[in-house]
Amino acid sequence: MQYVWAFLVGGAFCVIAQLLIDLTSFTPARILVGYVVGGVALTGLGVYKPLASFAGAGASVPLTGFGFSLALGVEKAVEEQGIIGALTGGLTATAGGITAALCFGVIASLLFKSRQKS
Amino acid sequence: MQKQPKTYPQYAKARAGKSPVLRNCILAFISGGAICTFGQLLFDLYRMAGIGEENVKILVPVSLIFLAALTTGLGWFQKAAKYAGAGTLVPITGFANSVVSPAIDNKAEGMILGLGAQIFVIAGPVILYGALASAVYGVIYYCLTTF
Repeated sequence: MQYVWAFLVGGAFCVIAQLLIDLTSFTPARILVGYVVGGVALTGLGVYKPLASFAGAGASVPLTGFGFSLALGVEKAVEEQGIIGALTGGLTATAGGITAALCFGVIASLLFKSRQKS
Repeated sequence: MQKQPKTYPQYAKARAGKSPVLRNCILAFISGGAICTFGQLLFDLYRMAGIGEENVKILVPVSLIFLAALTTGLGWFQKAAKYAGAGTLVPITGFANSVVSPAIDNKAEGMILGLGAQIFVIAGPVILYGALASAVYGVIYYCLTTF
């Protein structure tokens, strides 16, 4: 059942973004930024945690899930370290994904040639 | 000659044709849903392999980022994204593509200001506003839990 919810919820996040691109002047970069900040806000409002518990990867794989990780990390760090946690929690929780993307980016740039022209 | 600035937007609109919004949304829904379902499958497979939940939560996005980097390098990602639109953009694969694609395209401009700077052209704003939002939320959370 979780697979069905993952598909439906994940798909719904993509449809909202597609509507924003097609019907407004939102660029893909704005969508990415908006989704991450939106994920933090929805977690703060208490909406995202219940969504993630039944939709699984449908909530964690879209970029709102990146915001969800940032917010959960900051909550945990604030509980453990106090106010300093507000500075350390977010990026600590998401360091794996960010570093992976950067490392794979550099490796890919060494292995592959640009295809911009084709 | 003077007419040109006024008529160009209309001309462009006419040339662009009807925007197939419904078709785009269906394709985005199916492709985005499929990527998330695949993420769920990876999650369950890693759990079955006996990996702890905390590590799986990092391994799943890292695996999707790896696949997005590989398919971006091979040129497949861009072809799929042409049809999938937001379906490949919104999942973590879109973030990975936004890092890998400028890295490959700007390597020729040099390792520092080419690859090094351009790799952050979209990831930079995403990380900046994500970090900012998390810090603001951290302060609010601290106030809510201590007072």
